[in-house]
Amino acid sequence: MLVTTPNIADPDGFYAALLEAHRGLDAAGSAALNARLVLILANHIGDRAVLDEALALARGVRAEAERAPTA
Amino acid sequence: MPYDYRPYPVRRAPGLDSPEPRHPVVVVGAGPVGLALAIDLAQAGVPVVVLDDNNVVSVGSRAICWSKRSLEILDRLGVGQRCLDKGVTWKVGRTFHRDAQVFEFDLLPEAGHRMPAFVNLQQYYVEEYLIDRAMQLPLIDIRFRNRVTAVAPAADHAALTVETPDGSYRIEARWLVACDGAKSPVRGMLGLDFDGVLFEERFLIADIEMQADFPSERWFWFEPTFHPGQSALLHKQPDNIYRIDLQLGWDADPEAERRPERILPRIEKVVGHRDFRLDWASIYTFQCRRLARFVHGPVIFAGDSAHVVSPFGARGGNGGLQDVDALGWRLAAVVQGAPAALLQAYDRERQWGADENILNSSRATRFMSPDPGVERLFRDAVLDLAGRADFARPMVNSGRLSKPCVYPLHGAPDDPALPPASRPGAVAPDAPVGNGWLLNALGGDFTLLAVGAAAPSAGLRVVAPPVTDMLRARYLGPAAEGAIYLIRPDQVVAARWQRADTAAVRAALAEAGGCW
Repeated sequence: MLVTTPNIADPDGFYAALLEAHRGLDAAGSAALNARLVLILANHIGDRAVLDEALALARGVRAEAERAPTA
Repeated sequence: MPYDYRPYPVRRAPGLDSPEPRHPVVVVGAGPVGLALAIDLAQAGVPVVVLDDNNVVSVGSRAICWSKRSLEILDRLGVGQRCLDKGVTWKVGRTFHRDAQVFEFDLLPEAGHRMPAFVNLQQYYVEEYLIDRAMQLPLIDIRFRNRVTAVAPAADHAALTVETPDGSYRIEARWLVACDGAKSPVRGMLGLDFDGVLFEERFLIADIEMQADFPSERWFWFEPTFHPGQSALLHKQPDNIYRIDLQLGWDADPEAERRPERILPRIEKVVGHRDFRLDWASIYTFQCRRLARFVHGPVIFAGDSAHVVSPFGARGGNGGLQDVDALGWRLAAVVQGAPAALLQAYDRERQWGADENILNSSRATRFMSPDPGVERLFRDAVLDLAGRADFARPMVNSGRLSKPCVYPLHGAPDDPALPPASRPGAVAPDAPVGNGWLLNALGGDFTLLAVGAAAPSAGLRVVAPPVTDMLRARYLGPAAEGAIYLIRPDQVVAARWQRADTAAVRAALAEAGGCW
């Protein structure tokens, strides 16, 4: 199941590191970096159900798993 | 040396002189699919008329990659060994981004199969071998330069008008099988349309003859320096012929690109010299489309007339032969008295197969030819990462090569302790048996395969090979001592048990369409 509660020990530090990774990139370069980052993180997660929940959350719809009664 | 196109003799059709009795099966199109179907039917005892609008084999190499399953089917039809002997056997594919390898696959890492993962062999050779075989079978009547100009389907037959050099005539077919290709005139005459996607992408496909020491592998490049920003493919065929595919983009003018003065410099950049002969070239557009249904009353569609896919995956010709595999035994049974409803199972199973091919082909096409914007962004991200992170390599998609689908045989008797590779719906895995091979031993009828168990008497042929390690791995797994497999004439597993009695086998046989 997708972790949606705070899970990063130093949120401000990570946020700064994320911005830092994009420093000096134009819009296209930033988009490319984000695409690579998504692929890297998605592979780390691996679990397709969790990834689907993440996709749904990112698109702004509640994940199927949250709505569906447990089988 | 260029292929020697020998014209086949054109004989005067009997229907020109007197009405012909209604034929049980007429096949339109003497390509690989039509010829294979005619042979399959004739081997099952059904007479077939094959009509073809010309009298030479395929002009140009066209389909070149014949899959393991196709070779097994061709073997059942009597031409497997010839294809194997002539073809270039390969199983390794390499994918490059710019000039560095990013992905490599081995399509048949497992030993103990008669057929290799793939052979490359020009379509004209496959057709030549199939015609040779068909001409040995008295039940096949191939009529070259017989062009179908009209089709009138009725409830229990189709009436055809056929044009020949000597005039035109009419014949009737209880079953008409349209194996007349992607532009199927029969489909057009019935007013049927394809559903699906046409991709805005054009490829140049060229065969060249040259002396080269190139390995028997499939090489695919994304954005190679010799063809910037586009994709390219190199494949070896027999007779020192090499297939080169070059992505041109949607803006390319197909008429201009077809001219040798445009093609030759492009090829020269790929191979690095001008010491080659251009054998054949064509320009094609990607599409992934199919008919909603493949059986329309007395008219049945098989092969490209029923469904088309983009070529990187070798799912066109191979998909067509799998149609033959699923149709041949059923149509033979229907001609011999089985209920026509049996053909609905062909329709259902091959729609499933076509959808799997279309899905794989569409995904490969989107990777190869991404829309500008986010598709391009992620495609480039995958290629970029593939050079430095293992995980991205399997995402690099230069075509997922043809494998037979596993049919969803809902409710077919199964035992979860037995290995997944031989589950109901899958093609029975080959294995060495004595001095031969299991698939050859199974033949082309419903068969009971008894592995380490006694087969119940069910009026079926029984194959009971000695249990070897490979048979154990593929048919028993670690848990079972023995198993009984019911195998269909297309060598698909219909049912399996660790223990089965006659009643269970008879019930499964009826469910699979094996008794009526």
